Amino acid sequence: MYLYVIKRILATIPVMVIVALFVFLMLRLAPGDPAAVIAGDYATAEDVERIRAQLGLNDPILVQMGKWLAQLARGDLGTAIFSKLPVTTLIGQRLEPTLLLALSTITFTVLVAVPLGTLAAYKAGSWIDRLVMLFSVAGFSVPVFVLGYILIYVLSMQLKILPVQGYKSPFEYGLWQFARHMILPTLTLSVIYIALIARMTRASVQEVLQEDYVRTARAKGQSEFKILMRHALRNAAVPIVTVIGLGIALMIGGVVVTESVFNIPGLGRLVLDAVLARDYPVIQGLILFFSFVYILINLLIDLSYTLFDPRIKY
Amino acid sequence: MSNLDQETLMADAVLSQKEDPSLLTVMVRNRAIFWGGILLSLFALIAIFGPFFTVDPVALSPMTRLRPPSAAIWFGSDFLGRDVFARVIYGARISLVVGLAVAVISVIIGLFLGLVAGYVRPLDAVIMRTMDGLMSIPAILLAIALISLSGATLGTVIIAIMIPEIPRVVRLVRAVVLTVREEPYVEAAIAAGTRLPMILSRHILPNTIAPLIVQATYVCASAMLTESILGFLGAGIPPEIPSWGNIMSEGRTYFQISPWIIFFPGVALALTVLAVNIVGDGLRDTLDPRIARKM
Amino acid sequence: MSVQDSKPVLEITGLTVRLPEGADREFAIEDVSLSVARGEVVCVVGESGSGKSVTAFTVMGLIPKKDLVPVAGSILLQGEDLLKKSDRQMRALRGEKMAMVFQEPMTALNPVIKVGDQIAELLEIHTNMSGSARKKRVIEAMDDVSLPDPKTMYNSYPHQLSGGQRQRIMIAMALALEPGLLIADEPTTALDVTTQAEVLALIKDIQRRHGMGVMFITHDFGVVADIADRVVVMQNGKVVEQGSRDEILRNPTHPYTKMLIGSVPSLTPPDRPEPEVAEIALEAHHLNKTYGSRGFLTKGRVVHAAQDVELIVRRGETLGVVGESGSGKSTVARCIVRLIDPTSGDITIDGANIATMPERELRPYRKEIQIVFQDPYRSLNPRRTVGQSIVEGPMNYGLGAAEALARAEELMRVVGLAPEALDRFPHQFSGGQRQRICIARALAMEPKVLIADEAVSALDVSVQSQVLRLLHDVRERFDLAMLFITHDLRVAAQICDRIMVMQHGVVVEEGRTAEVYANPQHPYTQSLLAAAPGREMDFAQFA
Repeated sequence: MYLYVIKRILATIPVMVIVALFVFLMLRLAPGDPAAVIAGDYATAEDVERIRAQLGLNDPILVQMGKWLAQLARGDLGTAIFSKLPVTTLIGQRLEPTLLLALSTITFTVLVAVPLGTLAAYKAGSWIDRLVMLFSVAGFSVPVFVLGYILIYVLSMQLKILPVQGYKSPFEYGLWQFARHMILPTLTLSVIYIALIARMTRASVQEVLQEDYVRTARAKGQSEFKILMRHALRNAAVPIVTVIGLGIALMIGGVVVTESVFNIPGLGRLVLDAVLARDYPVIQGLILFFSFVYILINLLIDLSYTLFDPRIKY
Repeated sequence: MSNLDQETLMADAVLSQKEDPSLLTVMVRNRAIFWGGILLSLFALIAIFGPFFTVDPVALSPMTRLRPPSAAIWFGSDFLGRDVFARVIYGARISLVVGLAVAVISVIIGLFLGLVAGYVRPLDAVIMRTMDGLMSIPAILLAIALISLSGATLGTVIIAIMIPEIPRVVRLVRAVVLTVREEPYVEAAIAAGTRLPMILSRHILPNTIAPLIVQATYVCASAMLTESILGFLGAGIPPEIPSWGNIMSEGRTYFQISPWIIFFPGVALALTVLAVNIVGDGLRDTLDPRIARKM
Repeated sequence: MSVQDSKPVLEITGLTVRLPEGADREFAIEDVSLSVARGEVVCVVGESGSGKSVTAFTVMGLIPKKDLVPVAGSILLQGEDLLKKSDRQMRALRGEKMAMVFQEPMTALNPVIKVGDQIAELLEIHTNMSGSARKKRVIEAMDDVSLPDPKTMYNSYPHQLSGGQRQRIMIAMALALEPGLLIADEPTTALDVTTQAEVLALIKDIQRRHGMGVMFITHDFGVVADIADRVVVMQNGKVVEQGSRDEILRNPTHPYTKMLIGSVPSLTPPDRPEPEVAEIALEAHHLNKTYGSRGFLTKGRVVHAAQDVELIVRRGETLGVVGESGSGKSTVARCIVRLIDPTSGDITIDGANIATMPERELRPYRKEIQIVFQDPYRSLNPRRTVGQSIVEGPMNYGLGAAEALARAEELMRVVGLAPEALDRFPHQFSGGQRQRICIARALAMEPKVLIADEAVSALDVSVQSQVLRLLHDVRERFDLAMLFITHDLRVAAQICDRIMVMQHGVVVEEGRTAEVYANPQHPYTQSLLAAAPGREMDFAQFA
């Protein structure tokens, strides 16, 4: 068991290294000189050369690569060009809103999507099923920001029941203010995620309902509701949980957009600000940070399979 | 003497299966594909021919700025007085081109890599770990970074959106290859001395086509969404080109007074993506019920 | 036979179940009447498509209601008509008054719930017992089906048990509430022959002790001979004949029953003349195949799928390789065809050792060894015509398209199919026909060695005997050396000149078929032969 956990943790290292190398190469292989871009349109050749030296771009590529990996191994994601602050510090400053938004989104999504998908599978072919599937297809089709603006237009501008934009930290303004400002972003970000998980839940539960052991349960005289709860959901848990993990990638993309629409000062905004300012170390550092978070969450999910399925033994 | 699920129960009673109806019949009979296809063809026609019939989408008209929709200017005008209707019509081109290009290219590259990973053992681990790595980078972040590094043009946007889509295609193709190569008919062909290129093209490749078509529609839908998001964030196609994302991005500042600048392109985009997704779902249900579960 | 009540536990009268529109026939079963008395085992026998399973599932109320609709007749369970019951009433009856045991014990049990709890679920549904009372009753039921150490096994998950143990759990579950009727749907078909014998004995024993009526669905006349009191024969949804076991097996009147029983291969090998010593076509020495999981940080766990296997096949001779699942018999076949690479050892054909030959050098030898697989539905590429499948191999070796086609047409005649059918696709053929096509495809290569890997195991008994005869004929006609892999001792008795018995990857006994069957030396061979169902019955008399 412990051996397996260690092995799994070690197995994520090559993937993380690949991500790091990819991000590194992306910067080097992209057309155009990052130093020139950073220096701006009015820079002199000396300015550019100074920045090149500062970024270590004059070293041989393998040396640069080695330095980069060594730096990462120490937990150092680099230093911002403009604020001169370590990227880790910047992330620390902006983490709270993003983390809270992500947590409320995941909670809301799971609470809505899993029952919805289960219901659709149970009533397969009925109007409820079709409605859920229609919602799911539609959820995949509306861009996050359009949805955000529609919600703002209806709930904030017309009905005036929720604030338009902004973020209020629960530690400063209390839970009520926090929640009022969190409702719209959470709803916006959840829709595509709910669409994904409801769909997967429906498919998994429907598949399990075709299994022989469900027929055995019927042969015992078990009621359909209990078959659903006791037999189907437990067996469908692994694929559902897997998709919740894979969907994190989708959500991270959504966070950038949602934070932009609702003017939330989180990591998503940090990304956009860095892109607009062409602050490469920050862009690099944030991409790595998000990727590592994604890899770690999926590692945890992998390890959680034992809780759902006794056949998976480590 | 297989498991007696409901399907075999039916088979037990039904002696021999009927002849398969042709693919076309099935597709026309499927309502999702039919209506989605009609909607999509309509958008395609509008995208191709529409711009010939509208006013110039980039013509400035400082006198008529931020006008609400009316009989004369159907979708209203934006902050530079440009006609939103003409811009939305023109934007359809960009969206469809990006969607189509990303779908086709990523499927071709993914197919190649997937076949290699599925059939050349030593390369499997290398390719798949690389794909794992690529998949763990959130697609939108990756695209934003790629574009901001290489400069925004239609081409770089297409490449930037395509790269994160490739791993999904590779995984799908590899999964199909690994399943099919165990089929007895493939083993029989190996025993009959069929060489690897023939095994791939005759016996394995045809099995990847149905799932790939389905996957391509999903990639197309997701690419159109990503393109609009990139445009919206100001990190996509150059702002002078009226793509849907760009129109909406420019409309942000005026959203509280002129919501139509975001509303109309948003609806157009949602409908287009919806049509593609509906066709994808229909194809998935008819082409291959087995992959229906995977997505 | 125990004393029978006058009133039957189950009485089906004129039962007709309609198929959905667009099916090949209107009714899944038509005008089926049969009864099961207390303390009696009634076997319902038939081939696939006979409607035997539909009958069983209709009684249990487990048929998909949208597709299969009972339209006439009645099903009386202890006097109550099941077709008139509501869903809720049926649920109350299922498990309490009638219970069912399924074919595949692995999939019939929920993989994520402890087996004890799965039995307890039944008690929870139908009784008011307390948790501890339930557990006590479950352990009694497990004890009743001779499961070892029920207290510990209560907490096991299905994957931790053997196939036979899993089926015992299913039986314990079925018996926990002492229902009057037990329906067993091919309960031993998925089991190895030795396990099958144990489970059959258990069902018989339990049925006697509890005096219940058993409706036993099977396709296997050997099983019928062992367990039935009465037999119902079904064909195409109708009952064609029923009677006591001895009447049906010894004196069938309906031509279909006669044909079915006549098709069952006899366990007694026919007298074969000592063959003259022909040229050796294929030999293997010290053949080994090990699967090992050597890995980073993992302890290497090595499985010896085949160990030091020695075999020689001569032209014009059939060597049978028999064994249960996991014996390594298919591994040997796949090594010889080089679908998998042997770990070590020699495989010699035409004087060349092909065991470790690289693919490039192997090519000329591939055509000498051809194989026919078990599953006729997966053995032909569904997207290619039968003709394309047959000519593929010869054309790989340079035969022109016209000659290849001519050869394919001739071979279609050889295997008993019309040459015109070459343009058709596999789905237009039945299982038996597809297996014939696979044989034609193998023969098109003009091989020296033909390997039949469970090639008749998936076929109905009447089709099976035809394909067996075909295999025998082509072996004679083309002077082939045949390697016949099978788990079925009856089939092996009829077609093999010599047989090799494998267990856990090792050959435990080898010899002339008649001698091995008459006088088995190894204890494992003895137990295999002793376990063969219906061994005291000679079916071949109607052939």
